Amino acid sequence: MRYIEQQKVVKRMNGRLVVNTIFKGLFMAATIMALLALVILLYRIITQGAGHLSLDFLMNFASRFPEQAGIKAALIGSLWLMAVVAPTSIILGVGSAIYLEEYAKQNRLTTFIRLNISNLAGVPSVVFGLLGLTIFVRALSLGNSILAAGFTMSLLILPVIIVASQEAIRSVPNELRDASLGMGATKWQTVANIILPAAIPGILTGSILALSRAIGETAPLIVIGIPVIIQFLPKGVFDTFTALPIQIYDWASRPQQEFQVVAAAGIIILMIFLLIMNSIAVIIRNKFQKRY
Amino acid sequence: MSLSVQEMIAQSKGKKNKKFIEKIIPWILLLIASVSVLTTIGIVLTLIVETFTFFTRVSVFDFAFGTTWLPFSNKQELYGILPLIVGTLKVTLIAVIVAVPIGISAAIYLSEYASETVRRIVKPVLEVLAGIPTIVYGFFALTFVTPLLQSFFPEIKIFNAISPGIVVGIMIIPMIASLSEDAMSAVPRSIRDGALAMGSTKFEVAWKIIVPAALSGIIASVVLAVSRAIGETMIVSLAGGSTPKLDGDFAGSIQTMTAYIVQVSKGDAGYGTTIYYSIYAVGFTLFLFTMLMNILAQYVSKRFREEY
Repeated sequence: MRYIEQQKVVKRMNGRLVVNTIFKGLFMAATIMALLALVILLYRIITQGAGHLSLDFLMNFASRFPEQAGIKAALIGSLWLMAVVAPTSIILGVGSAIYLEEYAKQNRLTTFIRLNISNLAGVPSVVFGLLGLTIFVRALSLGNSILAAGFTMSLLILPVIIVASQEAIRSVPNELRDASLGMGATKWQTVANIILPAAIPGILTGSILALSRAIGETAPLIVIGIPVIIQFLPKGVFDTFTALPIQIYDWASRPQQEFQVVAAAGIIILMIFLLIMNSIAVIIRNKFQKRY
Repeated sequence: MSLSVQEMIAQSKGKKNKKFIEKIIPWILLLIASVSVLTTIGIVLTLIVETFTFFTRVSVFDFAFGTTWLPFSNKQELYGILPLIVGTLKVTLIAVIVAVPIGISAAIYLSEYASETVRRIVKPVLEVLAGIPTIVYGFFALTFVTPLLQSFFPEIKIFNAISPGIVVGIMIIPMIASLSEDAMSAVPRSIRDGALAMGSTKFEVAWKIIVPAALSGIIASVVLAVSRAIGETMIVSLAGGSTPKLDGDFAGSIQTMTAYIVQVSKGDAGYGTTIYYSIYAVGFTLFLFTMLMNILAQYVSKRFREEY
């Protein structure tokens, strides 16, 4: 008795192999399509905007005339925004992560905080804008200042920073903790002198990636009423300002064809910003991350 | 005078300062951690309170079932949210049609076919795709995808549902691909090897073994991506238009919930007007939609997870 009929198997083999090859091709084509979208997008924007890039573009304020329109106010505004968002979100994010990983007891409150963080990450950014409009702009009467926008953005990226910091803290091996505690260090001494230094590369990498999301976010800024045309630079965090994405949005939504070029040039500047931030994140990850 | 270690410990234990720090730090950290909870409470309260004010002027029934959204009318303002929801769903539908096949195929390719080197190159590049600001995608939709579509189908208007739909789809591909790939990679090697040893082809392993085993993760990734598509704002504001319509037309101008919020925020609807409160009512509806999706994703990935 033969358990496997060779004839039958052989007869179907070719068809099965063909199906395998076809689908392998299809799956590969899908992957390539996704990558191709990225290439086309970058190519389009660079070819459109590169011609408008110049020192004048960086040094000029926004203008009604496309050829004179510059990005100075938006560039400086985005830097101001980062100056508020970075410390606020990192202190809140890392503090929360330390609490959840090192201090929190396994109880309902902790489970609730964790669940809440993962849900907060799924809230659309435009809704965060509504929160900022009510709480920071109106209730705390910060107006459309750098501070109001910065706090709104900080809350928006908070879940990302918390999760990244939690992972970084979790990857510090328990031996380090135990050794420190065993030498007589207190809990906080252990956290501040042993765990945080070991986790800092991971925390920084995650934070920089989160900040690069904040720098490109547009919707919350529009909702809290950040203006577009600004002919001066902010002097402090209570001043109003404009930012790169909002400036790009304004240019992109104008009907004149010439402004499309200006918008593309603005996008190039924004992407260079992101590229620098991401490179720093990758360098930190590769250089300082210790493997235990 | 030299002290023994025991004496030193005894001495340092006596220090009030240090004890105080050790006691106060957990509370400070708890306070910081509660900011995220306060944010959620803030969002929910803000939306509910302002939406309530809106409903003192417009009836809940008219809002939920009204078929016309006409807030800027001089004569009779109408606030029926259905046209905005339909606009949102049009874009989401096209995004899903684009992103689900490509995203899952890419995930299967990366998890089952690709070599380690290819995977190590492609995954970060997909992450770049996920990191591009949505305003850039919006610009791309308006200045490249729409003209491209128009050259094939002249009946498509400058503002339409198809172009932003496709681009939102491109935006959520990395999310589906990367989360689905994680789910497929989590299926143990031994199951794969077992099927291959029985003479299955790689496609049969992927399609009949891995995809069913990872199905909960794959579905969860799609649901999360849908939630992201519903909440996407800049692409639809730039390329979708501002014409709330309750019909099945994809080629003409539409308006989504998010685009309406942006449209009102850009203009100067004075504080306290009905239009001002209407963005909270729309935001609340949007919030409910995405929240429902996120809870569904969590439920699916928990309830139907295959444990190995």
